Amino acid sequence: MLSKGLKRKREEEEEKESLAVDALWLDPGHAAVAQAPPAAASSSLFDLSVLKLHHSLQQSEPDLRHLVLVVNTLRRIQASMAPAAALPPVPSPPAAPSMADNLLASSDAALSASMASLLEDLSHIEGLSQAPQPLADEGPPGRSMGGAAPSLGALDLLGPATGCLLDDGLEGLFEDIDTSMYDNELWAPASEGLKPGPEDEPGKEEAPELDEAELDYLMDVLVGTQALERPPGPGR
Amino acid sequence: MNYPDENTYGNKADIISTVEFNHTGELLATGDKGGRVVIFQREQESKNQIHRRGEYNVYSTFQSHEPEFDYLKSLEIEEKINKIRWLPQQNAAYFLLSTNDKTVKLWKVSERDKRPEGYNLKDEEGRLRDPATITTLRVPVLRPMDLMVEATPRRVFANAHTYHINSISVNSDYETYMSADDLRINLWNFEITNQSFNIVDIKPANMEELTEVITAAEFHPHHCNTFVYSSSKGTIRLCDMRASALCDRHTKFFEEPEDPSNRSFFSEIISSISDVKFSHSGRYIMTRDYLTVKVWDLNMENRPIETYQVHDYLRSKLCSLYENDCIFDKFECVWNGSDSVIMTGSYNNFFRMFDRNTKRDVTLEASRENSKPRAILKPRKVCVGGKRRKDEISVDSLDFSKKILHTAWHPSENIIAVAATNNLYIFQDKVN
Repeated sequence: MLSKGLKRKREEEEEKESLAVDALWLDPGHAAVAQAPPAAASSSLFDLSVLKLHHSLQQSEPDLRHLVLVVNTLRRIQASMAPAAALPPVPSPPAAPSMADNLLASSDAALSASMASLLEDLSHIEGLSQAPQPLADEGPPGRSMGGAAPSLGALDLLGPATGCLLDDGLEGLFEDIDTSMYDNELWAPASEGLKPGPEDEPGKEEAPELDEAELDYLMDVLVGTQALERPPGPGR
Repeated sequence: MNYPDENTYGNKADIISTVEFNHTGELLATGDKGGRVVIFQREQESKNQIHRRGEYNVYSTFQSHEPEFDYLKSLEIEEKINKIRWLPQQNAAYFLLSTNDKTVKLWKVSERDKRPEGYNLKDEEGRLRDPATITTLRVPVLRPMDLMVEATPRRVFANAHTYHINSISVNSDYETYMSADDLRINLWNFEITNQSFNIVDIKPANMEELTEVITAAEFHPHHCNTFVYSSSKGTIRLCDMRASALCDRHTKFFEEPEDPSNRSFFSEIISSISDVKFSHSGRYIMTRDYLTVKVWDLNMENRPIETYQVHDYLRSKLCSLYENDCIFDKFECVWNGSDSVIMTGSYNNFFRMFDRNTKRDVTLEASRENSKPRAILKPRKVCVGGKRRKDEISVDSLDFSKKILHTAWHPSENIIAVAATNNLYIFQDKVN
């Protein structure tokens, strides 16, 4: 539910950006092309590629060729966007099941996790647009989306230094959600400051009393985001 | 060229996904997205009907693959036929291999024009007779009946591919064949369905390191120990099965150095090879990537001997083609019987032919509007910029949903089959 909202919004953004890029690419006579900063084109290509990667990984059985080509293209774009920043070394093998050859499930989990770790590395570079939320779910253990958002003001405390892909993700995730739902004293004493880290309980504002229905809803939300980590059901 | 022969379908399941002539050209098989195989047979020539020489009519239709559900991995396996390959004919029956993403099947197609009559224990409708009523015995005799063509699955080769099968190729020994998926190639014996031999495995120990996949594979037409496979990075590897059991180390490695002036973010994607085919002679291989067809001499690994531009006007459109995923389309390519002409498809229902000797090329269109029976195909031209002539079509008017991915060429005559989405066109040389 949450991710659908996010996804819809992102797709609109992507479309607009892609159309803009299209106009540049398709009309060589356009004066803007000569002056178009390469960074702008690279950036929207990057976003487009990330979106494609996201879609690809969401398939129950991704087209491996498509996936590999998109990832390689993403690497090229990233290399051109930040040539000074060396690509961080490939992280140690992700916490995936043992590499039993014949189980596509484990291979896919490993591939997904590896793509996620690739994107985590990419997130260290400044100015990157946020990656879609479900990918972030498959990062190293502990980085779950279980924590509901603190108030937006509190997020300022979470600096980019945490290097967490979820920093931006959290903010974007809850942009179009009424966060007053999560502002209640049940979760954290109002007097305490927020600890950095997304898995911590949110909310330090005064809140109206939470009734049963709201609590159920909140639990559904928390459980629902966990469910996103599980592989999707049948279908392509 | 004349006489388009079409079968028109309306829905998605009828999208043709593979086309293949058999070794004599008498039969033409198509596979579609719905898992069906349709076989056409060429009519025998007759003196009475000169103008209908060599028409292809439907010979047999059968459901080769059904959609399956893999409960372990919770995913659906498409029934779409990815490839059909014929076996050479050895008796009255015809044999072909058809494959979807996971399972290869050997089908026997045979004719029945006689049936036994005069059974003792059952009557003409097949109902059992009461033995007590039988007083005499007779010998059943074979009597003629209307021709019936039946297709039966003789072998099912399953559970050997974790990834999606993209190619099958029958070996020249006629005893074995190979099937290739994104990361592995397996060798099968036709008689043995519960085992296959893995001959190529490019799966990295860490899937993180995966940067390249297998895109197509084919056996050499004469040397049963030799095969080639192509990759998503635009390389071709030739392997010799005598060298070692696991052909991870290639005998030859074909790669053209990248042209620095054409470098872009999309260089790798457009270099990805979508099809590889040996020439009939076995001396050359042809590869198709997004914008070109290349011919390679087996003795020269560092560059192709010929490069043909299929639709270079798309080079400036790569960004939007990436956005709408067209850049990932996989076009096939084919040789004619004498290896002098090569053919491949493009967009807007265009297909291209290149004469290797004269260096001339032509663009033709497969569409009902432009082709009436016995009409001659008119060459088409795409206008790149500037003033558009009367018959030309501009790049921006091209219909990218009308793609010709699959074509086939008769083994010895100038007859071609062109699949345009869910229509099949058959063109042949006009005879005076």
